[in-house]
Amino acid sequence: MARRFVSIWFPQLTTDWFAIRQPALSCSPFVLSAPSHGRMLITSANVAAQAQGIYTGMPVADARAIVPQLAVLDDIPDLPGKLLHRLAEWCIRFTPFVAADPPDGLFFDATGCAHLWGGEAGYLAEITRRLNKRGYAVQAAMAGTAGAAWAIARYGKKSFISDGIMDTAALLPLPPQSLRLETETIERLHKLGLSQIRDFITMPPAAMRRRFGQHFIKRLYQALGKEEEPLLPVLPVEPYQERLPALEPIVTAAGIEIALQRLLGVLCRRLLQEGKGLRIARFKCFCADGKTSVIETGTHQASCSAAHLFKLFESKLNNVEPGLGIELFILEALQTEDILPIQEKLWKTDSGLNDTRLSELLDRLEGKIGSGHIHRYLPDEHYWPERSIKLAASPLEKPGTAWRNDKPRPLHLLHQPEPVEVTAPIPDYPPMLFRYKGVLHKIIKADGPERIEQEWWMAEGQHRDYYAVEDEEGRRYWLFRSGHYTAEKLYQWFLHGFFA
Amino acid sequence: MQGSKADIIAQLQKDILPLQGYKHGTNSIAVDAGLGPVRDAFPNGLFPVSAVHEFICHGKEDAAATGGFILGILAALMKNAGAVLWVSSSRTIFPPALVFFGIAPEKIIFADLPNEKDVLWAVEEALKCDALSAVVGETSMLSFTASRRLQLAVEQSKVTGFILRNQARNININTTACLTRWKITSLESSFDNGLPGLGFPRWKIALLKVRNGRPGNWQLEWNERRFRDIMHVTPVLTIPQKKTG
Repeated sequence: MARRFVSIWFPQLTTDWFAIRQPALSCSPFVLSAPSHGRMLITSANVAAQAQGIYTGMPVADARAIVPQLAVLDDIPDLPGKLLHRLAEWCIRFTPFVAADPPDGLFFDATGCAHLWGGEAGYLAEITRRLNKRGYAVQAAMAGTAGAAWAIARYGKKSFISDGIMDTAALLPLPPQSLRLETETIERLHKLGLSQIRDFITMPPAAMRRRFGQHFIKRLYQALGKEEEPLLPVLPVEPYQERLPALEPIVTAAGIEIALQRLLGVLCRRLLQEGKGLRIARFKCFCADGKTSVIETGTHQASCSAAHLFKLFESKLNNVEPGLGIELFILEALQTEDILPIQEKLWKTDSGLNDTRLSELLDRLEGKIGSGHIHRYLPDEHYWPERSIKLAASPLEKPGTAWRNDKPRPLHLLHQPEPVEVTAPIPDYPPMLFRYKGVLHKIIKADGPERIEQEWWMAEGQHRDYYAVEDEEGRRYWLFRSGHYTAEKLYQWFLHGFFA
Repeated sequence: MQGSKADIIAQLQKDILPLQGYKHGTNSIAVDAGLGPVRDAFPNGLFPVSAVHEFICHGKEDAAATGGFILGILAALMKNAGAVLWVSSSRTIFPPALVFFGIAPEKIIFADLPNEKDVLWAVEEALKCDALSAVVGETSMLSFTASRRLQLAVEQSKVTGFILRNQARNININTTACLTRWKITSLESSFDNGLPGLGFPRWKIALLKVRNGRPGNWQLEWNERRFRDIMHVTPVLTIPQKKTG
């Protein structure tokens, strides 16, 4: 497919923005000014001011002499950059690839987009109309290269569309400034009487490079499509992204649901064909008033089931604020993974953790209660009880080491060991009595001690001597003494768990 | 005539059992695990799977004993590679201990919910998912309506549910639609040959309610990854040991 680029030029970007913010300004001449070398210079002037002979770079005092009632506003530094970025994000509705072209333009890579607006003329007219409606004066052009589109938008006919073959012909009558050259090169070209591109386009490249430098050749070739021009999109294009523009702004929940279902259907079909599954998905709704609602959802296991993903999104659809109506829906797969093909079985069996029904259940639970509440544990190579387990990173991760079963471990482990009062014979016999929450327990049977040292390379602290004890009613506890029986250091008994 | 009447009654009893929640679908498995005399309390002589069991306990020690008994049954349920969801809002289960009950701890998925009121919702959702072997829920409150919802979910999916109700003492426990109600308490352990130290864990199993069965009391020991009946084992006289050294 032939590449198509649109260049949009905002001749009055900053003054238009001020006029939108303060509608009273729009009819009268006004200028923006900034201090420079101890005087105020005009950084931009609106159309009314320009008509009176005021131009950018003129001192404010001179302008005041021409137009005494001139309104002078303070310019905001780096305003054009911010404005361009915001406009570029808004223009995502026309193409997924929008690049800012500082100081006062935008580039679209519109390859394959125009037919959605009924052809290139309609596409360009719609862009111009929508931007004009927002209050910006624009000139737009479409061509086979970004460079040619830039040149035509600024120096050619208004709203000109050049197909790829006619690009060169359209460029011929344009001045050399339209090639985005440095000021010295332009001056030199004019001094040599080369005031149109047609004057030098036929010259041998070697001769031109010697006189005007490599940059000149590069720009010329970029405009002619002989060299690729790198553009930086304002939003990185997601490899898995589906768009659904709405004819009429959508405000109802049912409409949003239908849009989501349709996008999910298309995306899932594509993922299925490529053997991929979705882990994180993002659903964006672009509203007519320029606001964007975003909802995200994630799955435990890569999934390409549209029905399941819709269920996950459904609970969050309430967060979408349609405002004046949604014009564009975008569904992106932020993270995808390969799906391992699963052998289908004729009858249902317990396939354990590797089951889509189970992962769908977990997604539903997480969708309601929030993420980070579903845990699965694997053994970790530590003796310290709190560190002997770790969370499984993925739903199918297998234990790296075997679970230990040589030492008794309680079925219930308290999150924080609770201090208890203990009567125990020294040096290291198990306790005879202990008092926990006001109840005295007489210990009949006991096992231990099992000494577990603190791992000094991870944390500082005293070792623990663990005892498994049973009281007169058969209830079993896991007690430990922290530290040695010495006068200098404190030792304390704790209850840490309950055996079954 | 007499014989045919007995036949009719037997047939009717057989028809009534599924209506009361004793469903034995094609994927149900007989839970043995050495439950021995306990199984005789149930109508078919089989531990009822695809049903909701309710366990009452008072205090942390009882909760641990009840957990041990449930895990013994879970181990038998999970034999063919199933997974279990453990739903709780205040979980203290320590996964490495599950190894002692013959369960691979990585097969248990813990859902630690921030609010207790979500537990029953999560249990119901999980009971509808037939990819699980069993679901365990820890909650103090279980209303009749909620329990009936759980029972209905179980009848569709054939998953076994365990509800652990840890309540303070002296609270009247409401009626529920669960098939059984159990109460497990610890018992003093002892070695048959009088060795010192802790023996195998022993529990007093009280089956307080069972639909169409016979409630009863038993004493079981968890030994070699099986339950063992100790009601009729005569205790050996223990000789007091003297510590040396």
